[in-house]
Amino acid sequence: MTHLPRPWLDRRRDRDGDAPATLDRRDFLARLGATGLVLAISASGISCLGDSAAAGDDWEPAVYLRIGEDGTVTVIVHRSEMGQGARTAIAMSAADELEAEWSTVRIEQAVGDAKYGNQNTDGSSSITDKSWLAVRQAGAAARTMLEVAAATEWGVDPTTVHGINGEVVHTGSDRKATYASLVKRARTVPVPTDVPLKSPDRYRYMGKDVASLDLQAMITGKAKYGQDMTLPGMRIAVIQRPPVYGAKVAKFDATAALAVPGVVKVVEMPAADIPSAFKPLGGVAVVATGTWAAIEARKKLVIEWTSSPNDSYDSAAYRAQLESAVRSEGTVVRDLGDAESAIAGAAKRVSAEYYVPHLAQAPMEPPAALAHVTGGRCEVWACTQDPQTAQATVAEVTGLKKEKVTVNVTFLGGAFGRKSKPDFIAEAAWLSKEVGAPVKVVWTREDDLQNGYPHTVSVQRLEAGLDADGQIVGLLHRVASPPIGSTFDATQDHHSEGELALGVLDLPYAIPNVRVEACRAPAHVRIGWYRSVSNIPHAFAINCFMDELARAAGKDPVRFLIDALGGDRVIDMNATGAKKAVDNYGKSWADHPNDTARHRRVIETVAKESGWGTPLPRGEGRGVAVHRSFLTYTAVVVRAKVAGDGTVTVPRVDIAMDCGYAVHPERVRSQCEGAVVMGLSNTLLSQLTFARGRVEQSNLTDYRVLRMAGAPREIRVHLVHSGGPIGGVGEPGVPAVGAALVNAVVAAGGVRGRQLPVSAMPSGA
Amino acid sequence: MRLTVNGTAREYSGDPAQPLLWFLRDELALTGTKFGCGVAACGACMVHVDGKPTTACVTPMGALDGRAVVTIEGLSDAGDHPVQQAWAAANVPQCGYCQSGQIMAAAALLATRPAPTERDIDDAMNGVICRCGTYPRIREAIRAAAARLAAPGGR
Repeated sequence: MTHLPRPWLDRRRDRDGDAPATLDRRDFLARLGATGLVLAISASGISCLGDSAAAGDDWEPAVYLRIGEDGTVTVIVHRSEMGQGARTAIAMSAADELEAEWSTVRIEQAVGDAKYGNQNTDGSSSITDKSWLAVRQAGAAARTMLEVAAATEWGVDPTTVHGINGEVVHTGSDRKATYASLVKRARTVPVPTDVPLKSPDRYRYMGKDVASLDLQAMITGKAKYGQDMTLPGMRIAVIQRPPVYGAKVAKFDATAALAVPGVVKVVEMPAADIPSAFKPLGGVAVVATGTWAAIEARKKLVIEWTSSPNDSYDSAAYRAQLESAVRSEGTVVRDLGDAESAIAGAAKRVSAEYYVPHLAQAPMEPPAALAHVTGGRCEVWACTQDPQTAQATVAEVTGLKKEKVTVNVTFLGGAFGRKSKPDFIAEAAWLSKEVGAPVKVVWTREDDLQNGYPHTVSVQRLEAGLDADGQIVGLLHRVASPPIGSTFDATQDHHSEGELALGVLDLPYAIPNVRVEACRAPAHVRIGWYRSVSNIPHAFAINCFMDELARAAGKDPVRFLIDALGGDRVIDMNATGAKKAVDNYGKSWADHPNDTARHRRVIETVAKESGWGTPLPRGEGRGVAVHRSFLTYTAVVVRAKVAGDGTVTVPRVDIAMDCGYAVHPERVRSQCEGAVVMGLSNTLLSQLTFARGRVEQSNLTDYRVLRMAGAPREIRVHLVHSGGPIGGVGEPGVPAVGAALVNAVVAAGGVRGRQLPVSAMPSGA
Repeated sequence: MRLTVNGTAREYSGDPAQPLLWFLRDELALTGTKFGCGVAACGACMVHVDGKPTTACVTPMGALDGRAVVTIEGLSDAGDHPVQQAWAAANVPQCGYCQSGQIMAAAALLATRPAPTERDIDDAMNGVICRCGTYPRIREAIRAAAARLAAPGGR
């Protein structure tokens, strides 16, 4: 509860243990290292550099920049790398303002420490407005100090010298000096209070395609992930966790497991109560000298489990329960005008229900963590999205003070929200203390699927009325979906306002009468976040429903969406009938309004680029969807092909994205491509189902995701450079894909799927 | 029993049922070969055994007497196998975790079919899952590597 990491979901961001160390100017100078120039920027650091607007705001990320006397520029990156390219983008931004020569730039991954500010790598927030500003200011301040150092040395006016590509150059003479040669003197220069940033036309790296600094390590097998970490004397542990959330070990027999060569210990883990939050689930751990011995010995454990309140959780029955819930009134969350009367009096009425099942993040690297508790300290190496929460949780389970816990962040072999939860890291720490040796906890794929934090399940009911011209006059949207908050507070049994702000409460359409209701949906598993979170079901239902309405109105779906936006305007979503303040990814609606022109432009762009309206072969169709999430606007056109037997294939997807400014366009494109693939997996193939409280899928054989043969041959990404406020990139590509696919299937003459996954891919896919 | 791993002779006297994956990762510290599923469903552990693409997670050590195993660490000396070069040019990896398996599968494909059809690419690569969704770039990189191999002087 003290460190719930998705601040916009359910409660205000918690500052305790999360606030950056205050760095005033003296601290800046005190940190100037003996062997190089070290520059620290934090929220207060920004204000010390003259941005008074930062004071009093929510806290911002920090970045440390180190320039060695050999000229090596080290950017200490405080966010985790899980494929989204944050490390390189942060380094590019700092190096650009520094005017560093790219070959001198190195990345160092920060350990978990409050001094870096918020390190939680979620919410597509590593490159957003203020954190991006902080990174650039760090670079600019360092460059200014190097310039002052050179000017002092040469006895010239500082305005006549300029840092350019790793050197300071004097205008009007041929004097120049490398950054390396200036580091000693630059250390003594006062930190500037005003650092002008470059105008975009002078960017050297930002906005350009720069090769990822991690590329070579990744294609040679040298990149180290959590699963890869080792220490001398290390033991490997695998854990048999309760098959049902809330069950505990009643008794167990380890005789056969202990007989497996290599097994050193079998130990019962501390049991967790519901809600378990970030704590380990409990169970029985097998500790061995090798991974295979541990995995094989675990199969030989004989465990009897206690009963659990979730023993009867069954996906089919639960779906029926949610359907029943959305067919009567829920808690009203938004009430604009009089939706009920408007729909009742409309010329045409349309209603539909949509079901989205639980999903598993299923990162290719199952969770893993190595911990070593020794000498009153604990050091951890883990594939974590959130090293500070890991640090706090490890402290809790080991009884150590937080300051005695060091969390090193490895590469993350995918994460998608799973690795924000530090339960697996706490397991390793507890076991290391118990065994008295370094312990690596390895999750198998079965563990990952069956003992994870599934994405929520949902039923949504939408009702709308159209007038004689096909305009929407009223909309009712009911959502029944267990909230993430239930993982931390068992009394939470409705989708929260924070979750509804992810695509429902921030609906941009000009509809005069709208009511949103949250219906009861108690959780039976530990609900977690998944790439783009509740935007997935919300964008799916709304965009499918808009397509149904367009057809009911006899209008082209693209035209219908643009008309429904009601002209270019910016919307403060707090002024549209919401009962409570509507969250906006932690930002103000004034700085990041819901901008219908940006919606319109991504729709128009993707329509034009995809050839919307041009003829297709029989059995093919195009579908469109649009969605704003994480302050970024995306629109997708899927081209689908429906075979005679109903089999759906996707030859091409176009996606337009307006994230304001693309710092690293090549990685923005790759995120869009990947989001399309993940969106198609979500829509076509994946579902996590429960029977008798247990997950029914066991591995990637039955938890299905897209493979090469089923992936679109063509994914075309169209970046819209609006110059608007910068938004996230990692998640926003996902939500619109599902509805665009379903709408395409309908356009191709197929059946409209209102439940996911909608169809099976061809065999082998 | 004896085998070679990346050209180095190795002796193995452990449990013949242990999969190659854990011998590589736990005993030889060759962690470039990844664990993703344990049941040959994801291909993250793809290596070459006598040149053939093989999922190490289900290949018992007992089946490897006299065999030659090549892992991502042994594919090239300097990380410059034509497939790796094509991967770099196309900026394929995102998180990178599956890429050892992808590269090993692609290298094995091009070794036997230097000019693969789209269907060949599907068949050879379908066993290696990428959750980040780099499939379009993998396809592009394989095409580029094949084109380079076909060019005069291509290896």
